[in-house]
Amino acid sequence: MGVIILLLIASISVAGIFLFGFIWSVKKGQYEDEYSPPVRMLFDDKPSKKSSQQ
Amino acid sequence: MVYQLLNRHELCDYYDLNTNPGQSQRITVRKDKFSFLEDTGIQQELIHFKDDSTTHITFYLPQIHCSSCLYLLENLHKINAGIIKATVQFTRKEVDIIFHHNILSLRGVAELLTSIGYEPYISLQQLKKAKPRIPRTLIYQLGVAGFCFANIMLMSFPEYLGLEKAEQELQYAFRYLNLLLALPVLLFSAEPFYTSAWKSLKHRFLNIDAPIVLAIWVTFLRSVVEVITDTGGGYFDSFSGIVFFMLIGRVLQDKTYQQLSFERDYTSYFPIAVTVLKDDTEIPTALPSIKPGDTLSIHQDELIPADGILTKGRAYIDYSFVTGESLPVLKEVGELIYAGGKQTAGTIELLTIKEVAQSYLTRLWNQADKPAQKEKGISFVHLLSRYFTYIVFGIALLTAAYWWAVDTTKIWPAVTAILIIACPCALLLSNTFTNGNILRIFSRNGLYLRNAQAIEEMAGINEIVFDKTGTLTTTTKHAVDYTGDALTIVQLEAISALAGNSRHPLSKALVQHLGRKRIPVEQFRERIGKGIEGSINGSRYALGSQQFICGTKNPTGGTRVYVSIDGQLKGFFQFHNFYRDEVSALLTRIQPDYTLAILSGDNENERYQLEKMVGKNTTLLFHQQPQDKLRYIEIEKEKGKKIMMIGDGLNDAIALQESDMGIAIAEHSNTFTPASDGILDASSLGKLDRFLLLAKGNKQIVIASFVMSILYNIIGLYFAVQGELSPLVAAILMPSSSLSIILLTYGASGIYARKLQL
Repeated sequence: MGVIILLLIASISVAGIFLFGFIWSVKKGQYEDEYSPPVRMLFDDKPSKKSSQQ
Repeated sequence: MVYQLLNRHELCDYYDLNTNPGQSQRITVRKDKFSFLEDTGIQQELIHFKDDSTTHITFYLPQIHCSSCLYLLENLHKINAGIIKATVQFTRKEVDIIFHHNILSLRGVAELLTSIGYEPYISLQQLKKAKPRIPRTLIYQLGVAGFCFANIMLMSFPEYLGLEKAEQELQYAFRYLNLLLALPVLLFSAEPFYTSAWKSLKHRFLNIDAPIVLAIWVTFLRSVVEVITDTGGGYFDSFSGIVFFMLIGRVLQDKTYQQLSFERDYTSYFPIAVTVLKDDTEIPTALPSIKPGDTLSIHQDELIPADGILTKGRAYIDYSFVTGESLPVLKEVGELIYAGGKQTAGTIELLTIKEVAQSYLTRLWNQADKPAQKEKGISFVHLLSRYFTYIVFGIALLTAAYWWAVDTTKIWPAVTAILIIACPCALLLSNTFTNGNILRIFSRNGLYLRNAQAIEEMAGINEIVFDKTGTLTTTTKHAVDYTGDALTIVQLEAISALAGNSRHPLSKALVQHLGRKRIPVEQFRERIGKGIEGSINGSRYALGSQQFICGTKNPTGGTRVYVSIDGQLKGFFQFHNFYRDEVSALLTRIQPDYTLAILSGDNENERYQLEKMVGKNTTLLFHQQPQDKLRYIEIEKEKGKKIMMIGDGLNDAIALQESDMGIAIAEHSNTFTPASDGILDASSLGKLDRFLLLAKGNKQIVIASFVMSILYNIIGLYFAVQGELSPLVAAILMPSSSLSIILLTYGASGIYARKLQL
């Protein structure tokens, strides 16, 4: 029985971590602009011309 | 020019990302345009944060439209070392810039953006402090409710499946944990319902949230009593579940469109500062500090911010912002110029006679502000829920009386069970989910409504009032006819080439009509407000007003451009308003069901053509000033009509506010629209009849799902009146009724929309 209580606490704290993660992500504004982050990810800094001409 | 700049900084990827990035740079910006940004008072209003070396600022750039924009703007630091970081907020079309103010001034940043084609739009509105951020509390509340609901569900299973006597302690643990988890739902997540219920009670009006709050509390209290007295497990799962579902409905229904604003007033049109001339020096001055008697210097393409008298230069003013009419108006020295127009030909000087806040246009707005607080109709959902609540209270009283006579111990369980079961949450759920889905369908089709209440307003409409210019007609195209001596192809090409040299809207329309031709034009001359002339292949061509070409003036019909070749009058091009393609068909379709009216600020030239389109039953009024439009709507309202007004431009603004439902037409997504209940994409005007039908369907769907939920309620009540509502029955009944209602509303509104081909 003690095991079940232990598991209970574990499961609720795991869920709590996810809840915290959710609130944190909303607070950081991750849902406010759905367009730029995925596009921004694809831009890479082009190596400067000199190095690319080798 | 932009290319060279980009190439120098190795940002040519810009051109690889999209085949056609950027917009051609049409207007070159005046040198001192951003000099007002050096004024510390204005600076302070605009910047968010400043320390010893860096400044943070947000600019609104309406030109942002593709991933290339994003790439270019976020690499701004490569173009100018003064920029530390630029972050684009795509949906809001804003860029947050951090820069070294020791290297680059604020004005420098604005000019840098302008030089690459993103001219910041800085309006007077920004002086009045930053706009509020989107409220996130509702999202947090939803998250917490979801978390608690899922965990409570999990821990309620043992209760339903039955535990053995030996595991009694475990059962207590589960129950008290549930109680603990239910607390945040009660105290935090359900908060929006408390506020709404309290507000309505303060106004002595019973809305749907009041019985819901009652049910939430009764469920919670009864569950607490059961847990403490060890008589049962309570209904924490149904309780948190219902709050969770109702919050989802609310979030769906309150979806906002970040890129649109329904609350515009004149401050978002007006520039933040203007040049004031004092002793021959130009001083940039913030708009609110302009006083009557100041001399303003208005440059090309600047907006006139206050009523004034023209003292120098020739004003050629484009009032399309105000009236929707694209043809500029010529004003001579000494004439009164109203605020709101845009100067289109060179620099003028203006003696201010009224403050900005007292000008004609701004007074119109302030007038419109008053009825803005008008009581919008009360949603039928509240009325329905009120009857429902009375009936439920009646049943509860009868049951209480019965058990009082038979077995007093059963009063408490029976009455609380009735109040729990009879919560009108199903009605609220079906309403919010249907509204949410219909708003989504509308926005997919180009109609953006301010809120869900607007759907109901739309369903009750029985008269539709259209503005003509810019609403039924489009300003981007004209229908052109030629009358007079036949012109040869060579002559037509020459006319097109001549017109191509002018920026006048009629010249542009003529070029569009004839097709662009590039033939060199010599001795080109433009006489503002009159016409243009030039030599092509040795012949002298002139285009312009009747007075310019023939020397005489007859006030005869319509907009005409006369043509002469080598001093000989050839004929004239007649310009008609170009009605949007769908308009004629739309008007015919909605005519049987709605009273129609068309109000136009123009003259009666188009009466015949309009009558042909709409028939004789439609009210056609011409020469309508903004107040006339307002008065027409007031009179019709007194007759008991529910009016939808569809218009564009500031001259319709007060009429839009006064009508039961004001819809602003927008040519493309970054046009500015007056305050309204909805914004309609111009290309979707033809779908208006189907939008109206769907709005009407909304009510039927809500009622149908409500009837279904009542069936559930009757089953529940059957158990409840006997005092035998077991937690298991409640736990199955509540979520399944909620889920089936959500499915029904979503499915029904989706199917109906598909049937209407939306």
